[in-house]
Amino acid sequence: MVELLQDKDRIFTNLYGLEDWKLDAAMKRGAWLGTKEILEQGRDWIIDNMKVSGLRGRGGAGFPTGLKWSFMPKEVTNRPHYLVVNADESEPGTCKDREMLRHDPHLLIEGCLVASFAMQAHACYIYVRGEYIQERNRLQAAIDQAYKAGLVGKNACGSGWDFDIYMHHGAGAYICGEETALLESLEGKKGQPRLKPPFPANAGLYGCPTTVNNVESIAVGPTILRRGAAWFKSFGRDNNAGTKVFCISGHVNTPCNVEEALSIPMKTLIEEYAGGVRGGWDNLKCVIPGGSSVPLLPREICDDILMDFDALSAVKSGLGTAGMIVMDKSTDVVAAIARLSYFYKHESCGQCTPCREGTGWMWRVMERMVAGEAETSEIDMLLDVSKQVEGHTICALGDAAAWPIQGLIRHFRHEIEDRINNYRANKPVFVAANTIAAE
Amino acid sequence: MTDLRKVNIDGHEIEVPADYTLMQACEQAGAEIPRFCYHERLSIAGNCRMCLVEWVGAPKPQASCALQVKDLRPNRDGSCANIRTDSETVKKAREGVMEFLLINHPLDCPICDQGGECDLQDQAMGYGRVGSRYEHNKRAVDDKYMGPLVATVMTRCIQCTRCVRFITEVAGVSEIGLASRGEDAEITTYLEKSLTSEMSGNIIDLCPVGALTSKPYAFNARPWELEATETIDVMDAVGSNIRVDSRDGRVLRIVPVVNDDINEEWISDKSRFIWDGLGRQRLDKPYVRKGSKLVATSWDEALAVVAKKLKGDPEGIAAIAGDLACTESMKALMDLMDGLGVKNIDCRQDGAPLGSGPRQEYLMNTTIAGIEKADALLIVGSDVRHEAALVNARIRKTWIHGNLDIAMVGMPYDLTYTYDHLGNAVDALETLMKSTKGFARKLKSAKNPMILIGQGALTRKDGAKIMRLCGKIADKFGMVKEGWNGWNVLHTAAARVAGLDMGFVPAKGGRDLAGILTGAQDGSVKTIYNLGADEINEDLFGKAFVIYQGSHGDRGAHRADVILPGVAYTEKDALWVNTEGRVQMGRAAVPPKGDAKTDWKIIRALSEHCGRTLPYDDLETLRVKLCADHASFAGINHAPGAVAAEKFAPAKLGKTGKPLKAPLKSNMGDFYFSNPIARASQVMAQCSKECSPLREAAE
Repeated sequence: MVELLQDKDRIFTNLYGLEDWKLDAAMKRGAWLGTKEILEQGRDWIIDNMKVSGLRGRGGAGFPTGLKWSFMPKEVTNRPHYLVVNADESEPGTCKDREMLRHDPHLLIEGCLVASFAMQAHACYIYVRGEYIQERNRLQAAIDQAYKAGLVGKNACGSGWDFDIYMHHGAGAYICGEETALLESLEGKKGQPRLKPPFPANAGLYGCPTTVNNVESIAVGPTILRRGAAWFKSFGRDNNAGTKVFCISGHVNTPCNVEEALSIPMKTLIEEYAGGVRGGWDNLKCVIPGGSSVPLLPREICDDILMDFDALSAVKSGLGTAGMIVMDKSTDVVAAIARLSYFYKHESCGQCTPCREGTGWMWRVMERMVAGEAETSEIDMLLDVSKQVEGHTICALGDAAAWPIQGLIRHFRHEIEDRINNYRANKPVFVAANTIAAE
Repeated sequence: MTDLRKVNIDGHEIEVPADYTLMQACEQAGAEIPRFCYHERLSIAGNCRMCLVEWVGAPKPQASCALQVKDLRPNRDGSCANIRTDSETVKKAREGVMEFLLINHPLDCPICDQGGECDLQDQAMGYGRVGSRYEHNKRAVDDKYMGPLVATVMTRCIQCTRCVRFITEVAGVSEIGLASRGEDAEITTYLEKSLTSEMSGNIIDLCPVGALTSKPYAFNARPWELEATETIDVMDAVGSNIRVDSRDGRVLRIVPVVNDDINEEWISDKSRFIWDGLGRQRLDKPYVRKGSKLVATSWDEALAVVAKKLKGDPEGIAAIAGDLACTESMKALMDLMDGLGVKNIDCRQDGAPLGSGPRQEYLMNTTIAGIEKADALLIVGSDVRHEAALVNARIRKTWIHGNLDIAMVGMPYDLTYTYDHLGNAVDALETLMKSTKGFARKLKSAKNPMILIGQGALTRKDGAKIMRLCGKIADKFGMVKEGWNGWNVLHTAAARVAGLDMGFVPAKGGRDLAGILTGAQDGSVKTIYNLGADEINEDLFGKAFVIYQGSHGDRGAHRADVILPGVAYTEKDALWVNTEGRVQMGRAAVPPKGDAKTDWKIIRALSEHCGRTLPYDDLETLRVKLCADHASFAGINHAPGAVAAEKFAPAKLGKTGKPLKAPLKSNMGDFYFSNPIARASQVMAQCSKECSPLREAAE
């Protein structure tokens, strides 16, 4: 039996909004405790501890957060440094940042201060997804409270560090969650990803050194520093340290968000927190483990897979945002993936060729495959087209559009083939009239 | 010392500057990289993905147009990074991109004007798959209205955004953009209004497919039917290098030729679309006025009539050369007048007080390419954008790179960049002279300051006084020194500098333009030889007998008593001197129209009728004499620039005196109607109606 995470080790203590979100209540739960002391330890101490903690970015790519922070220039020249928090949470199946913004906004604001201080940024922008209206209002209210309490603003927390925090509301484009497209959007331009290099740490917002982090990566920072890097590292396997908020949706009895240690078995997670798969574990068909962009996993793999970065990439999927979409056997998995293809076609920014042209093509073929109105040879063609998109685009949206289809073909090729064969079998065979006459 | 880096390309190790892109490095190594969106004079978009190369060890292929050599990490063993342009990965990547580009491309090459010179066609042949696997319906995109010059078939568009970048970056008007997203992304003019840029035609050349093509040229010819002649443009005094494409003796289109010193890779819309004016309103027979009517006649009769008039008292004869007169014809006319003892000659039909000082007085000494070295610029009375579009493009280019502070004295024209507007009238110059703050401080601290004086400031009555004031400013702020000459007069007429160089100005005791016209009014000037000067109001010729030699039936021809039909610039081998003093050689692309003759030959023939036969029988002898008499014509393609700048004293130019208070204005008038060829062009008329931002503002 796997040991579950205890309440005392949870970072997001108000994830379900059972308590008050406001400053006083947040402080009672431990937010803003000793922030000044953390800052007094100095930048190097903060960054070193983040590195030691083994925290990997929670936004999807899993890049080590401490290392990312250390890429910022050591000295501030004539270009100011910026921290940008990516709260443009639009990945289907993912709804963790939303709960943090709603119920634990002060953890995020405190994290912004600590991270900005570590990177010598006097200003931080939080880019909130367009559809998150309530969350935006809640966050702004929390920011106002923090200003009023002197926790941010001039001489934040009495640390001598001037720090401003701005909330920016997006317009609801998925692509603006890509860090450089987010920066473009923040600058008031059309949300289209930039070419990298230069990376944001070199030339980001307004051409200045910038770090873009996910809400969760920033919000866990102060708690890690308070409780020690070793504490955080004690959860999960090597290279997959810490706790993580998982989102479990789909065909489970009680869909939920839950903070758990990384490397927890998927089955445990689903059964313990989400009330199990609808109709029992045996009724499971497949799970998309990390938000819509990663390849799905069939039940055989789900039986004993661990939920962490390395285990999932070993089975050619990924942890992504840890937004699990569970599908039981009633699911038309081809139609489900076709719907995702439509999503990526709809959200492609249209800047670069493979994604602009490829996402539409893939979606059209997928739609035909849902009905079975295709040739079996087209399955390989579709796979080939998806590989023509993958890795050839400016940003990762091309990969994200290709992977679900690749996962489908990898694990459910037989289902597509059956679909095609059935379609043929059920069609009346037309024989040309002159052939009949000749007979 | 440039920072050099080693990089291994297809197995060959080469050393290139660190700031090279991979594409440049590959080209240096001799590997060809296909591309659509990349253009060396525009910003890097990296969106077509055609230029992908393999960086051995990297997880994905890299866009070689965007990645710099300095961003490459060496291999683990310390050897330099390996780049492959010939591997299977690269081949697959290119085939993939090519297939994606073609799935929604209509493949209507047989009815596409780009056919035969289409990047998509060529690269599909070179790098594409055999066929497409796409079996769905193709996307169709509504065509967009971009004005009378640019035809659009937007279904062909591959969204490379070259046009967007050109219009935004080089032309400086944000009138084209990429709207919508994903596969619905469309290049659009937003409101479907005409482009107002004077350089919009360049997007036709930039478009790698047939989405943007030339409207006036539509369905006229295939590129392989055309005969190409490289020559010099005369629509302004920039001397843009152009290629004239003709078929069966007709000019069918004009496109730019790269010359980094002058026009880079662009030309103005007037230069590009003037060609329909070359076929309209042409003078193709000699005419003589009989009674109130001009009657067609023979060359012999026409020349006899003219010769008879020219044999009169030389005091009563005058010659004026216009804006499009070629060097050779002016030289021949000048020599003829000299032989006849005529002193009343002038090539300045706008009356500018130029030509009395050293050669630097009337040149753009900084040179066009030299603008890029300048760090402060004072514009005096010029709408640079319309007087010399490519000089303006160069100023904008320097400005956009953030190294140029600009100020303007004169009417505040929209020049596509921001400047300090010091004032409308000359007193702003006087204030600047005394000031130590604001722009004066910038000028003072500038390393390479320059002044650019438009013809609008010089052709006024007080032009000489303004010139003196400008000269003093140039002197005070150290604009002219050894190795740098920041004194610039911007000409608008292609013929002017050549005329001034050879001294086509009144000889001692002769009348200048104003004198000639006064004489024509009071009867003391009886005969005027008008060599293509069409910008003078016909009433000013009074009762004088006017001999008009030119190519188009415009203002000058209407007032003429004898018309001698000459040729247009595309029909003659001729030298042209641009505003920098750069002598360039134009070449005949098509034969003369009808009975028209090459201009210098007309004057040579006339000289025989006058009994003053000129000492040259062919173009070569004429040019030898030209260079012998005026050494500056011998240095072809060369602009003097800062040569002997230390000996040039701008403070002594012009005349002292108090200039008038009237605001400084450009004397350009309508950009699209500035010469007889333009006025004969229907395309220019349409542009004037639709594209001119001035007109829109006036409405």
